[in-house]
Amino acid sequence: MTARRLLTLAGLALGPVLVLAVFFVLPVSGMVGRGFVVDGRFDPGGVVEVLGRPRTHRVLWFTVWSAGLATLASVLLGLPAAYVLYRLSFPGRLVLRALLLVPFVLPTVVVGVAFRLLINDSGPLGPLGLDGTPVAIIAGLTFFNVAVVIRAVGIAWESLDPRPGEAAAALGASPAQVFRTVTLPALRPALVGAASVVFLFCATSFGVVLTLGGLRYSSVETEIYLLTTQLLDLPAAAALSILQLLAITALLLLVGRLRASPDPTVERRTARPRRPRRPDVVPVALTVLVLALVAAPILTLVVGSLRADDAWTLANYQRLTTVGDGNALLVPVTDALVISLRTAVDATWMALLLGGLISVVVSRRSLTGGERRLRGALDGFFMLPLGVSAVTLGFGFLITLDRPPLSLRDSPLLVPVAQALVALPLVVRTLVPVLTGIDDRQRQAAASLGAGPLRAFATVDLPLVWRPLVAAAGFAFAVSLGEFGATSFLARDEHPTLPVVIYQLIGRPGGENFGMALSASVVLAATTAIVVLVVDRFGGRSLGTV
Amino acid sequence: MRHLATAAALVAAALVTTSCSLVGGDDDGSDGGGDGGKRVVLVTHESFVMSDELQQQFEKESGYDLVIRASGDAGALTNKLVLTKDDPTGDAVFGIDNTFGSRAIDEGVLAPYDAKLPEGAADYALPGDDEHDLTPVDTGNVCVNVDDTWFADHGVPEPQTLDDLTQPAYRDLFVTPGATTSSPGLAFLLATIAEYGDDGWQDYWTRLMDNGAELTQGWSDAYEVDFTQGGGGGDRPIVLSYDSSPAFTVDGQGGTTTSALLDTCFRQIEYAGVLAGADNPEGAQALVDFMVSRPFQEALPEAMYVFPVDAGAALPADWASFAKQPDDAYSLDPADIAEHREEWLRDWSDVTSR
Repeated sequence: MTARRLLTLAGLALGPVLVLAVFFVLPVSGMVGRGFVVDGRFDPGGVVEVLGRPRTHRVLWFTVWSAGLATLASVLLGLPAAYVLYRLSFPGRLVLRALLLVPFVLPTVVVGVAFRLLINDSGPLGPLGLDGTPVAIIAGLTFFNVAVVIRAVGIAWESLDPRPGEAAAALGASPAQVFRTVTLPALRPALVGAASVVFLFCATSFGVVLTLGGLRYSSVETEIYLLTTQLLDLPAAAALSILQLLAITALLLLVGRLRASPDPTVERRTARPRRPRRPDVVPVALTVLVLALVAAPILTLVVGSLRADDAWTLANYQRLTTVGDGNALLVPVTDALVISLRTAVDATWMALLLGGLISVVVSRRSLTGGERRLRGALDGFFMLPLGVSAVTLGFGFLITLDRPPLSLRDSPLLVPVAQALVALPLVVRTLVPVLTGIDDRQRQAAASLGAGPLRAFATVDLPLVWRPLVAAAGFAFAVSLGEFGATSFLARDEHPTLPVVIYQLIGRPGGENFGMALSASVVLAATTAIVVLVVDRFGGRSLGTV
Repeated sequence: MRHLATAAALVAAALVTTSCSLVGGDDDGSDGGGDGGKRVVLVTHESFVMSDELQQQFEKESGYDLVIRASGDAGALTNKLVLTKDDPTGDAVFGIDNTFGSRAIDEGVLAPYDAKLPEGAADYALPGDDEHDLTPVDTGNVCVNVDDTWFADHGVPEPQTLDDLTQPAYRDLFVTPGATTSSPGLAFLLATIAEYGDDGWQDYWTRLMDNGAELTQGWSDAYEVDFTQGGGGGDRPIVLSYDSSPAFTVDGQGGTTTSALLDTCFRQIEYAGVLAGADNPEGAQALVDFMVSRPFQEALPEAMYVFPVDAGAALPADWASFAKQPDDAYSLDPADIAEHREEWLRDWSDVTSR
């Protein structure tokens, strides 16, 4: 029985593990391996020397504390917003949910410009003196990532049984006590999962640190970029990549301890969202603050996109079907949008397929300690792509996937696969808390009534997992639409995605190209919002049939 | 059960859209191998632009299908070629510049090809490139630009030289992209090294930073956000940009609102070449020839904001009037740059982040 169980699970895990081995482990180890070989001989001296440099320590320390603070800010602001948007009922909440995911997909280069238009000395927030400070970097990172916390925690909160909280309140607990002793522990798996993903996104952020920090601050990621693409100092880049991997492993071990799941034998019943009441004023106020933080740079973009030659106009949008002022682009922006959407469809089904399999494997109850540790390791393994530099991965693809049977270097699959790897941890983090929360006795009951494993999955797991699955699809789609780091290294042939095209436009002289970059960003933002809105509505309706 | 049916329908729908997207990626013959003789693959940086008409003209005249693979900047491009030199990702390259040229040659990335050059182009050959690995295609200068209207309005004389930028009159007025993150930023650092020498430039940068110079990540940040004539209406009237930039700030009344300071320029030259170990070296040679031909040369200013190397190529009207090239720009020996790049960038980081 146990042997068969393990065999089935191993079978389920095999596909995802193989994909990760080929598209992640092989390229990254290939790139790091080059750092250890000097003049054709194995020589780890260079790598060791870099690890001892004071500059390396400074860079590592900055990365840890800036990403840590940004994660904290995202959690503190995201938690009340998750409550308001997923537990309270008011008109327009689906639209707000979709809008909050917009920053997540905007290219950093454009958001960097939008932020700096706000905070530089001549901008509306200029008197605060934020330009080029760590505060600006942390605000920028929070802007990008608060949506992850809101969405992941909100979905868990939405399917939380309200009765234990009501019971505690009936026994005289204050709302604060209910939150601390009942709600927070139940949300912990989702919260810790979201926070760890946000930390990894922040720690590997590239554009925000450089643009908003005025080049005064270096993170591990910016240092790897400089060492690899400009200096070709592979031993030093390898040293930093190893540091990244060690840091992520430590983080994941810590997270694994904190994420212990709630007791699944408690019966679950989803609460209907209710009208806001008087005690909700604090979370509502904080949600308004989050909306303001997210809206300000976006409004700057929208206003900029509607201006040309000191007048209000739609000219910047009309130009999107062209290749720009003096043929600034290889393809029109509208073509790039179609390419982006097609790529996102591919990346989404890949991420859902792989992420779904991993989630099932990881979330089943383990019979022995060894089995549990194996599942934990597997869970962590699929988080690794988030924490490793896109530069290392991109260059690694070039040098390792170049000969049969793996001559995939020029394959059109590479871009969606790379994007799916980035989206995968989000899919897993959204699904696992819900799957772990399903009482295994329900499956056993189904089995004893004669249902096969597939039938049991369809009747027990699928109805509960349906909504998180749809949410994860929206997440993966958004990640793919906005992915820039890995894509810019891989964008093949005449098929650039929209973020790549925006990046090209903004780097060109001429007011028309700047205006086009802004309007293309607004189009990207609007597309994302619409897709997420449709996905959310669809997910909401099907739950009604449970 | 209804969920299972819906899920199955969704999966089927996803598979259908996928197959069209993946097939769609393939149907212009960009899949690898097989008919290697018929197509020529150009590896280049992300700023590369070639109009549809020119691509078709090349394909018609040469009989090859052109595939363009653009990603990264000039540095990333060169380093990718170095890493993949045993098995190159294409046949020809465009976009290696005079700051990265000697690394590409020393690493044996290129195969020699002595293209027939147009009039004047030989002046731009990379010093030390005796085997003709690299063919010059375009040139441009990185120069300090000023907002003429701002200086007229404020009654301040415009700066002229690098040294002027450290004067109190120009305190907090200058913004430049950084040398570690931007190729014009690196060119500006090289200009200061050419002017002040290997031992003097650190002192110049200390004075420049003490005088309130601002650093940004890239050119677009400096020009569009901080420069007074940029898209965002910033508050700094002196910016690092190109000698061609004044042609993009014409005021519609026969003038331009900005000018380039021609005593502060560093010359950049971009090269094309045939990759060593190319599947289709003949096609790559045909492409290099096409890039120095008149039609491609005359399209360069509009497409990539650079000057042609062909002295006989006609310039667009705005360029002829407003984009003035310096007679005597700064330059450094490419071998010198290759040798000291890392040390200079480290020193620069230390000086500017103090």
